[in-house]
Amino acid sequence: MVRVLRIDRATRDEIIAHARRDHPDEACGVVAGPAGSDRPERFIPMENAERSPTFYRFDSLEQLKIWRAMDDADEEPVVIYHSHTATEAYPSRTDVSYAAEPGAHYVLVSTRDPDRDEFRSYRIVEGQIAEEPVEIV
Amino acid sequence: MAVQVRVPTILRNYTGGAKSVEGSGETLAALLSDLDAHYPGLKGRLVTGDAGDQLHRFVNIYVNDEDVRFLGGLDAKIADGDSVTVLPAVAGGSAAVAGG
Repeated sequence: MVRVLRIDRATRDEIIAHARRDHPDEACGVVAGPAGSDRPERFIPMENAERSPTFYRFDSLEQLKIWRAMDDADEEPVVIYHSHTATEAYPSRTDVSYAAEPGAHYVLVSTRDPDRDEFRSYRIVEGQIAEEPVEIV
Repeated sequence: MAVQVRVPTILRNYTGGAKSVEGSGETLAALLSDLDAHYPGLKGRLVTGDAGDQLHRFVNIYVNDEDVRFLGGLDAKIADGDSVTVLPAVAGGSAAVAGG
């Protein structure tokens, strides 16, 4: 089954803007949506606790707060995004080793080229990477 | 002594699908051992090291609103009525690509 990430233009643009703003550090965040809907609706930029050009990690206390709020609203992280700032928008081995949400779309943005946006989406399940088409709606 | 433990989606195959389970123990280590007796394999996903004495870097565990890494890790004290939350750590980055 080929899965597709359907995301609205405004949310896509917000993810790219966040990545550009935090460049040369990696940026990260989630887009929440109703559980089971596969619709990314609520853009939530997060702190990169590592503040690094080669690593990212959600701040653990911010993550707890946001995950609880999603749970209370019957939402889930539909998109989990982060940026690579000097390499292509493709999951690294580190990204794969941490990927713990088989239902999520893992979005990678690269900011290596200031004039060209790279925005790609993947499923990462049990260590396997599968790129999926992105449909802007 | 009863403590509610919230389990993330990815570990619910160990709890028969339950989002929340109950356990007991005066420290996090004791609580995890108690849980492992009822849900075999669960502890192995949360701790690492030869003696199983370190928290796995792939998970965050909280007692109430605090990350246990700031409460002494597996030695964190647990009291009756506390709530414990397990979340997958969300992390990564391009370093592994750059390093080959």
